[in-house]
Amino acid sequence: MAEVSGALSGSPLPATGAVREAELRYYTASQFQLMWWKFRKHRLALIGMAILGVFVFIAAFAEFLAPYSSTARTVGYLHGRPQTLHFIDAEGQFHLRPFTYALSAAMDPTTFLLETKEDTSTPWPVRFFVKGDEYAFWGLIKFDLHLFGVEEGHLHLLGTDQLGRDILSRLFYATRTSLTIGVVGLFISFFLGLIIGGISGFFGGWVDDAIQRFIEFIRSIPTLPLWMSLAAALPKEWSPEQVYFTITILLGLLGWTHLARRVRGKLLSLREEDFIVAARIGGSTDARIIARHMLPSFLSYIIVDLSISFPYMILAETSLSFIGLGLRAPVISWGVLLQDAQNVAAIALYPWLFTPVAFVIVSVMAFSFVGDGMRDAADPYSR
Amino acid sequence: MVKYLLQRLAIMIVMLAALSFIVFVTIELPPGDYADRRALSLRSAGIQFTQEDVVSLRHTLGLDRPWYERYVTWIGNIVLHGNFGVSMTVHLPVTEVLGQRVGLTVMLALATITLTYGLAIPIGIYSAIRQYSVGDYLATMVGYFGMATPSFMLALILLYISVMVFDNSVGGLFSAEYAEAPWSWGKFVDLLRHLWVPALVLGLAGTAFEIRTMRATLLDEKSKLYVTAARAKGLPEWKLMLKYPVRVALNPIASTIGWELTAIIAGAPLVSFVLALPDTGPLFLRALLDQDTYLSGAILLMYATLTILGTFLSDVLLAVLDPRIRYGEKI
Repeated sequence: MAEVSGALSGSPLPATGAVREAELRYYTASQFQLMWWKFRKHRLALIGMAILGVFVFIAAFAEFLAPYSSTARTVGYLHGRPQTLHFIDAEGQFHLRPFTYALSAAMDPTTFLLETKEDTSTPWPVRFFVKGDEYAFWGLIKFDLHLFGVEEGHLHLLGTDQLGRDILSRLFYATRTSLTIGVVGLFISFFLGLIIGGISGFFGGWVDDAIQRFIEFIRSIPTLPLWMSLAAALPKEWSPEQVYFTITILLGLLGWTHLARRVRGKLLSLREEDFIVAARIGGSTDARIIARHMLPSFLSYIIVDLSISFPYMILAETSLSFIGLGLRAPVISWGVLLQDAQNVAAIALYPWLFTPVAFVIVSVMAFSFVGDGMRDAADPYSR
Repeated sequence: MVKYLLQRLAIMIVMLAALSFIVFVTIELPPGDYADRRALSLRSAGIQFTQEDVVSLRHTLGLDRPWYERYVTWIGNIVLHGNFGVSMTVHLPVTEVLGQRVGLTVMLALATITLTYGLAIPIGIYSAIRQYSVGDYLATMVGYFGMATPSFMLALILLYISVMVFDNSVGGLFSAEYAEAPWSWGKFVDLLRHLWVPALVLGLAGTAFEIRTMRATLLDEKSKLYVTAARAKGLPEWKLMLKYPVRVALNPIASTIGWELTAIIAGAPLVSFVLALPDTGPLFLRALLDQDTYLSGAILLMYATLTILGTFLSDVLLAVLDPRIRYGEKI
C-alpha cells in the first residue's frame, strides 16, 4: 500500500491535504484492512476480542498460571472459602508483597458447620514463580514453576471444592477443555456446512430441495433434548476420553445447518455474477472458480457465522456436562465444575462453587460482541 | 388458504413420522435390550433369573423380531392405543408415570411464549420510538446479558439470589398447601403465581432477541414515506404508529414463533431440573441417566411433537397476517 500511495502522490492530482490523503488510503486499502478498520470502530467487539485473548492465554498456559495442579488436594481445607489477599497487616502496616493469613477451623456448636478464622499472627506471603506441583508442560517438558503461589501454607483465591482441590486452578484447566471442545466442534460444523451447503447450491434441483427440507426438519426439533438422549445412549463403560471424543462430534453436528444454508445461498447468488461468468469465459476450471473467485467473496460471512455459533457449542457442552450426560471426571470442563453447584444447598453453603458461571457468561458475551463486530465488518464496502 | 393449510398439514405429518423414527433410534441405541436390563435388575435384587428366562421374556415382548417390525409395533401402540411402553425403573406404564406432568410442561411453554411476546412487543416499540433513551440502552444491556446466559444458569443465579438475599427459594410450582391438593381454582391461581419465575427465566433469551428484531424493523419502517404521509394528514402519533409501522414490524416476529417455541422446549428440561419443578423436565433427565429408554423416548417424542405443532401454528398465524404467504408467493 505504501508503494501505491507513494506513486500516486507524485501524480498531478489536485490533492487537498488530509481529506484526499484519507480517501486515498481508503481506496488503496486491501479487503482485510478495510474489514479491520470497520471492526475497530465497534468498541464492544474490541473489548470482546481482548477478553477472548485472555481466555486463550489461560487455556494455553493453564499449568503455569494455575497455582496448583487440577488434582492436588489441601486435605485440611475441604469446601474452604476463598482466601483474601491482604496488603495491610494487623498492625496497620502496608506491605508491597500481598499475603494471606493462616486459617484455623472450628466447628460451630449450633450449626455444625466448619467456621474458619484468619490467624493474623502467621502471614503467608504470596510470591511469583514459586516451585509447586510438578507438571509436564504441554505434555512435553517437565516443570514445577507456577506463576504465583505460597511457599508455606496454602493459597485458594476462589476456595476449594469438597475434596479440597483449588477451584481457580481447576477453572483454568476447564477453560482449556471447554474452549478446545468448542473449536473442534466448530471445525466439524464448518466442514459439514461447507460440504452439504456446497452440494445443495452446486447441484440445485431435487437434491437441493431434499437437503433444504432436511435442514428445516432438523431446525424444528428441539436439538438439546435430542442430543441429551443420544449422549445418554453412550455405553457407560466407555472411558472418559472416548466420551470426550464422541461429545465433540455430537456438538459438531449441532451447528452446521445454519452454515449450510449460508453457503448454499451465496453459491446460488454468486453463480450468476458477472465476474464469475467472466472467469468462466476466460477458461478457468470449476475448481479455480470456486477457490479463487467464489470462496474469497463469501469467506467473511462464513467466519461470522462460525463466531456466532461458537457460544452454542460452549453452552451445549456446559448443559450436557452439568446434568452429567456430557464429559466426566477426570476430564474437567466448565460444565463438569458446575455439577457441584446443582442444588440449593450447595449454593447456600458454598457459594464459591458458583464461580464457573461467571467464566461461561463472560466468554459467551465476549463471543457475541466479537460476532456483532464481525457481522458489521463482513461487508467492508458499505460505508 | 385451504390449499396452503393442507400443504402445511401434510408437511407436519411427514415430519412427525420422521421424528418418531429418530426417537425410536434413541430408544434402541443403548447396548443390550429391555430383557437384558430387566434380568440385570432382577438378579441384582437377588431373584433367580436364568438365561432361558431372558430368551423367553425377549420372545414374549417381541424383542427378537427385526427392528422394522418392532418400530411398527411401537408406533402402532402409541397411535392406536396411546401405549408408550413400560418405564423400566418404576415398572409402570409410561403414561401413568407422566400423568399430569405433561400438562404442566405445556402450561410452562405457553406461559413462556405469552410472557416473551407480551414483554418483547411493547419494549421493542418503546425502544424504537425513544431510540437512544435511557430505557432503550437499558433494554439493550439486559438483552445482551439475556442472550449470553443460558437459561439454566439464569435459573441457578436466580436461586442463588433468592437464597442468599431473600432467604427463600424460588423453586417449585405450588405452595405447600396446594402441592398434593386436587385441581381447583385456588390451585390454578397458585400455579400462575409461581409460574412466572421459570417462564421469565426460560424466556429471557427469546425476549431479548425479539426486542432487538422488533426495534430494528420498526426503526426501518418508521422513517418510510407512508408514515410521513399519514402524519401529514394529521393522524395522532400513537394511532399512526400502532396502525401502520407496528403492524408491518409484527411480521418478522410472528414468523419466529416456531423457533422460539423450539428453543423454549429445548431449554425447559434443564430449567425445570434446576428449579425443581414438578413437570416432565426432571423426569426426563432422570430417565436419561438411568437409561429408562421408553420413558425418555416418550418425553422426547412429546417435546418434538410440541415444537412441530408450534411450527405449524406459527405458519398458520403468518398466513393470516400476511396474504402474500397465503397465496404462495415468495417474499
